[in-house]
Amino acid sequence: MNKLLQGFLLLLAALLTQMAAAQQLNIQITQGVDNPVPIAVVPFGWKGFGTLPESITDIVNKDLSNSGQFSTVPERNMLSTPHEQNEVFFRDWRFLGADYLLIGKIDRSEGSNLVQVQYELFDAVRETRMVGEVISGTEVQLRDIAHQISDVVYEQITGIRGAFSTKILYVTSQRISDSLTNYQLNLSDADGGRPQVLLQSREPIMSPTWAPDARRIAYVSFESSRPRIYIQDLSSGKREQITDFPGLNSSPAFSPDGKSMAMVLSKDGNPDIFVMDLATKQLRKITTHFAVDTEPCWLPNGRALVYTSEQGGANRPQIYQVNLDTGFTERVTFEGTYNSKPLMLPDGKNLVMVHRYDSSDEFHLALMNLERGTVRVLTNTSLDESPTLAPNASMIMYASKANGRGILNAVSIDGRVKYQLPVNAGDVREPAWSPFLD
Amino acid sequence: MQNSMIKLGVAALLSVMLAACSSTDTKDNTTTTPTNNNTGASTQGTGNNGQLSAAELERQRALAQTVFYFAFDSSELTAEDRDALVYHAAELKANPSSRVRLEGHADERGTREYNLALGERRAQAVQRYLQVQGVSASQMETISYGEERPARTGNTEAAYSANRRVELVKR
Repeated sequence: MNKLLQGFLLLLAALLTQMAAAQQLNIQITQGVDNPVPIAVVPFGWKGFGTLPESITDIVNKDLSNSGQFSTVPERNMLSTPHEQNEVFFRDWRFLGADYLLIGKIDRSEGSNLVQVQYELFDAVRETRMVGEVISGTEVQLRDIAHQISDVVYEQITGIRGAFSTKILYVTSQRISDSLTNYQLNLSDADGGRPQVLLQSREPIMSPTWAPDARRIAYVSFESSRPRIYIQDLSSGKREQITDFPGLNSSPAFSPDGKSMAMVLSKDGNPDIFVMDLATKQLRKITTHFAVDTEPCWLPNGRALVYTSEQGGANRPQIYQVNLDTGFTERVTFEGTYNSKPLMLPDGKNLVMVHRYDSSDEFHLALMNLERGTVRVLTNTSLDESPTLAPNASMIMYASKANGRGILNAVSIDGRVKYQLPVNAGDVREPAWSPFLD
Repeated sequence: MQNSMIKLGVAALLSVMLAACSSTDTKDNTTTTPTNNNTGASTQGTGNNGQLSAAELERQRALAQTVFYFAFDSSELTAEDRDALVYHAAELKANPSSRVRLEGHADERGTREYNLALGERRAQAVQRYLQVQGVSASQMETISYGEERPARTGNTEAAYSANRRVELVKR
């Protein structure tokens, strides 16, 4: 009997470990800008003992080319592999068409567990050194160091802060049988690297979202057999169930100051938007219409919300805005038969939403300019939803369906750059891009 | 989560072991014989010979239906579903301690949180109908899973209509 028990537990453990493995996303660029900036990333020199677990050169190359804004020079075309400034012959790099050049070297003193990564960025046309520094870290931080270098290169060349050192949350589901689906909430680098499982459940997990401090997240979990909102501290994994109201408890959204949370509760009979003070847990009811109100999103100033509402007609959701000081409510969208899940951009003047123009099944992301009232469709994938914005406002990540499976996609605000982030098995959905992490 | 699952597994295993133990009979050495109270006369009813009345058959069929489907963008009950729900209502009224959970679902088109609201509206439509039939509100709970627990996967119209549903779950 003991052996049987042991065997059973081993089997159970094996099953659980297998399920706990996070589904890794793999970026595949589908469309870049017409005139990407040519840059050469020379393989970094390595002087230490043994081999390093990660290639900084590969990660930086991928970061830059996946952004869609850079084209990188293949290593096999390089005429030389300089690691320091005095080894650089700018003519060689201009000959290859590279406008910029990134070189570097990695070193580790004997007996130390720290590696020193030195990098330098050059303008090959003007023949000038733009920036350079030495970053130290442990081997497990090599990926962080690589993303930091990518951030610096991106900002030096485009003038926009890089967002390679950020994270994403996403939900995966794997149907094991008709009655059993495994749901996971995952955290990874913005490029899909280093995936980790934050929560695993047999019941659905929805609506992951970040607190502005990037230390806490919130989500909806059905683990109690009802949808309830939880706040989880990322580093400790400790969490708190913050709602237990009858009916729906959904759509959590931290306020820009992180002190309150907009949410949807149907405790009064139909879904309405509330704001909860997170310190006192006191609720304030924001919408009172008998129709469905859901999917609140804060304006950057924290004084108003945009949200999805059916008050203009059942099954014809449109976007509304409510001023939290005065309660004044106005309809924002008029074009299309279905507009929902608004995502306000940091300028407070443009919003991204899920848009259906007619009665078809075509749901796409659209960008609306609130001042001019113009609507521009951004995506051409299938059943597009759950938009989330990179903290530098360069890219929108979202979920869609391809071949009957849920995948993640990204599109630049100008629509010029597109990439996909599929998983190997099961469905992936509901991405949530972190704020800047410092 | 993992902990509780292991506990569950161990509990399941233990219950199997216990069942195995209890199946080995403990023989009792004493035996008793019933005293015969037969007075010699007896009557016997004919019963209904196992024949189900048409009404009883209809009742059982209605109660067997626990999933109710909806048209696209709709939370309207069909006439057949309303008929079936009348029997469910009678059953619930006859057993005031019984409880049901009405689980609303939506197909995958449109946004997730909005679909959660659609699923709730469908569950509430069933709840309201049962309530009108006299079922106590305390016997029912509604919940929505939105598009999170599809009955069928895929992006066909057949899968979509199989997913727009309310499931009546006895507790």
